[in-house]
Amino acid sequence: MINFDYQRTSTAKAAVDAKAKSASSQFIAGGTNLVDLMKKGVTSPDKLIDINGLPLKQITADAKGITIGALALNSDVAENAIIKSKYPLLAAALNAGASAQLRNMATVGGNMMQRTRCSYFYDITMPCNKREPGSGCGALQGQNRMHAVFGTSEKCIAVHPSDMCVALAALDATVHITGAKGDRKILFTDFHRLPGDTPELDNNLSTGPGGQKGELITGIHIPANSFTKFHYLKIRDRSSYAFALVSVAVALEISGNTITNAKLAMGGVAHKPWRLSAVEKFVTGKTATKEIFAAAANMAMEGAAGFGQNNFKIKMGKAAVAEALQQASQKI
Amino acid sequence: MDKELLIPTSFADDRVDGVDKVTGKATYAAEHQLANMVYAVFVCSTIAKGSIKNMILADAKRAAGVLDIIYYANCPAVPGYNPYAKDPNKKGYEWRGLKVFNDNKVYSNGQPIAMVIADTMERAVHAASLVKAEYVKDESDTDFENAKADEKKLKKPGEYKRGEADAYKKGEVSLEEEYTIPSETHNPMELHATIAAWDGDDKLTVYDKSQGPKGTQRELAQCFGLDEKNVRVVVEYVGGAFGSGLRSWPHVPAAVIAAKKVKRPVKLIVTREQMFTTVGYRPHAWQKIGISAGKDGKLTGITHHAVSITSRYEDFGEGIVNVSQFLYDCPNVNTSYRLLPLDVNTPTWMRGPGPATGCFALESALDELSYKLNIDPIELRVINHAVLHPISKLPWSTKFLKECYVLGKEKIGWQNRPTVPGSVTEDGMLVGYGMAGGVFGAGRGQASAKGILKADGTLTLQSAVSDMGPGTSTAMVTMGAQFMELPANKISFELGDTDLPNGPTQGGSGTTSAIGTAINVVCTALKQTLKEMAIANVPAFANLKPEVLKYEQGIISVTDNVSINISYTDILKAANKPEIEVVKDSGRATAEAQKYAMNSFSVHFVKLHVHPVTGVIKLKQIVSAADAGKIISENTARSQMVGGAVGGIGMALTEEVNIDNRYGRYTNANFGDYHVPVNADAPPMDVVFVNKADIIISPTGAKGIGEIALVGVAPAIANAVYNATGKRIRNLPITPDKLI
Repeated sequence: MINFDYQRTSTAKAAVDAKAKSASSQFIAGGTNLVDLMKKGVTSPDKLIDINGLPLKQITADAKGITIGALALNSDVAENAIIKSKYPLLAAALNAGASAQLRNMATVGGNMMQRTRCSYFYDITMPCNKREPGSGCGALQGQNRMHAVFGTSEKCIAVHPSDMCVALAALDATVHITGAKGDRKILFTDFHRLPGDTPELDNNLSTGPGGQKGELITGIHIPANSFTKFHYLKIRDRSSYAFALVSVAVALEISGNTITNAKLAMGGVAHKPWRLSAVEKFVTGKTATKEIFAAAANMAMEGAAGFGQNNFKIKMGKAAVAEALQQASQKI
Repeated sequence: MDKELLIPTSFADDRVDGVDKVTGKATYAAEHQLANMVYAVFVCSTIAKGSIKNMILADAKRAAGVLDIIYYANCPAVPGYNPYAKDPNKKGYEWRGLKVFNDNKVYSNGQPIAMVIADTMERAVHAASLVKAEYVKDESDTDFENAKADEKKLKKPGEYKRGEADAYKKGEVSLEEEYTIPSETHNPMELHATIAAWDGDDKLTVYDKSQGPKGTQRELAQCFGLDEKNVRVVVEYVGGAFGSGLRSWPHVPAAVIAAKKVKRPVKLIVTREQMFTTVGYRPHAWQKIGISAGKDGKLTGITHHAVSITSRYEDFGEGIVNVSQFLYDCPNVNTSYRLLPLDVNTPTWMRGPGPATGCFALESALDELSYKLNIDPIELRVINHAVLHPISKLPWSTKFLKECYVLGKEKIGWQNRPTVPGSVTEDGMLVGYGMAGGVFGAGRGQASAKGILKADGTLTLQSAVSDMGPGTSTAMVTMGAQFMELPANKISFELGDTDLPNGPTQGGSGTTSAIGTAINVVCTALKQTLKEMAIANVPAFANLKPEVLKYEQGIISVTDNVSINISYTDILKAANKPEIEVVKDSGRATAEAQKYAMNSFSVHFVKLHVHPVTGVIKLKQIVSAADAGKIISENTARSQMVGGAVGGIGMALTEEVNIDNRYGRYTNANFGDYHVPVNADAPPMDVVFVNKADIIISPTGAKGIGEIALVGVAPAIANAVYNATGKRIRNLPITPDKLI
């Protein structure tokens, strides 16, 4: 048997200290992804540090925004009254993800930390640079229907699988992190990485030597906003428990018929939630019309490149962006 | 045999094993606990073709709890792997399919190449992960699309022609199109599993997930050179199978080999990933249809070609093109069927085998033709309705296909169907209606049953069949209650054990008519025995002939003077017998039956929405109308139809085995990536049965449901997608990317 240690912690400091002591240890919260990875032999931590006892489940709101503890369950966040009324885009994205059973186990921090669902990553007999740097990318010339069209590298064309993260990227969230050297914050859009030459790294939590290695997500902050229109559109192969072929998170402020503020991000298209800053700029100040949305959709997919089976994502991405803008603009 | 065949569908209709199933009391194959039992776990190949040069076992051998590791170099001799080497008469005893651990050859990726046996399941799983193989790799070919174009690679099992070949080319209105379906796996919830336990050298007990305990018994007896009576197979419950349990796969002999070698009972559970590589699948198939009709809609020619895949070590073919030969009246029909061996595991029958694939092409083509002819697709089928079977020219025993059109059409609201594709929207969604027909063979298989009638007022019926989910026990209890005129709660049905009278393998929609007939014969014999016992033991009946007595509601009375009567329990008491039992065979179909063609028919109707921009399909309603003969148990029959329709949704919209041809390896061999439909994919479903008995097939009146529940659903959905969008999708599954 592959033995591993298991340690329960009740403070962030204890968790971070424990992680610093053991090179291949991992935090475990809901475990909905990590346990699968262990069973498949993708990862074999020598120690699991159970952080479920940490006081990080609260959701607190004030005039500046809302803070969601890293251990808040996906289902609790989606059902939270303030989230539903003030940040409905996040609730919609959460409910589009996984299945009800998984959402009841999965935490916000764990959702951010989940690994790609690329089949080559999960099959340890196949090449995968993310799992085994230097072994090659199986998907590049293989089964790549689910793969990225933005920000890819020759080393990796995997996508980040989360729906929740797409909404958080659009909503200008900030990630709260603690480590041996103290607390820090990262913009949500800077949290996940593109694969580049180091696809083994999914995010920008420090991998540096020494004490910093044990960084822990403690929460998410979403600034207050005045969006009145939103839509989370997810296109998938079946109605539930399927990852996005393409997804789009849209939040709009519309005054009269003029878009005064817009936030957009896409899922299923890149190694990280794909924020569409140029599109946001383009639509701001414009009239909310089908023509503008179509132009925005074309702009959204500029620079996208497929790898064969996933070429359809470029066309589908345009359709999705246009439709999501249209749907959002019609929300009352 | 009784003539009265009226089985009320309102009878106590609950699933007799329902409570056991939902409370966890039901014991499935892998759940049996045997004393001293150990666990075997497969190690599977990671290449698709080649041979094993060396097995690296040191780490696994050292792992805690490991008892043995079996592979080609140390596998005990299996008599059935080479039975005719010594005795040419024993060729029929050769093990069909992959001879696991017989040699160092690799025929497909994911093939079992070794088996670790350990004292716990967990330790066996871990040790199996430590076994590595060094291979001599050969170039593998799993690329169906490329290989099918090469005639030299194709095997040619069948051709058929009547009238003129390729007559469609001269037709007034015609089309010629190609259709493909990907490989689809059965993947029932319950994993395949086998527990094997030897008693000495010549007696074997096996707990197995099988659709036919008797079939498994025969296969194992032949494979291990045992007397059939010395092989007991127990299949108490089956958690779905859809055809994967119609034969034994490598894990069955493997468990037996392991138990022999370690001299302890061995449990072997096939993992979910191995369910993709070792227990069959519906084969990837390409089809081409050429079809023509006169302007009046009368078909003038059908040409149907098909190629489907098989393994290198076994030919598996199915009747894909047969539907074009007889489903509609057409003077000129030619078909061909080819097999393409690739470096893959062997496919097998999967629900609606043959017609499910064939009807996707034929029923899609007919739909397309209906638009070209500007004739309603139902009307087109009615115009070409076959009164006599087009091959045998025999009438059907019963055929209520036209009734199915009428029933389904009304239920789905066919009058709302847009006549111009893509022309109607509801809530911003494109609306489409589609329909397609399904068919499967019907008949009466042979089966035996035992009836034990007890003085306490109960009747136990027995047959060695298994129930993979359709509700066999429920149907048998319902029929037993009717035939014996007793309350259903006094009747039980025992199955799933080869010690019971010979039952059929559950497949091809034939269980109800086969065992139901046996039960009918058993009940008739029991009544006759009761009459004779009354005459022999009850003074009031002394010297009477059995013919003047009648049986009604558990009472034997004199037909002309019903005041002379006695309950059957009192007859048993008078005879001082706690119980009587009879074993009877269903008998073969009668000579009368040879004068008819026999089929079950279905017509599926679909209403769906397609998002005009994103291509996402939302099914709104499915109506399945079936001519399945007499419906024995309405609830379980309906459930079968609904389950089949969900299988059809998977075939149409979501299910597809993906393979990376560079490695010949499946890339979605798990339930996360291989998409079976979820509840949210299933719309409200209506099932309507014509519910007319077919007494030529059997006295049960039943034809069969299992296959026609699925056959025709996929083309009905594809046809509705066309109606909604104007896009004709001829390669399944219809995922959103194909509609944008």
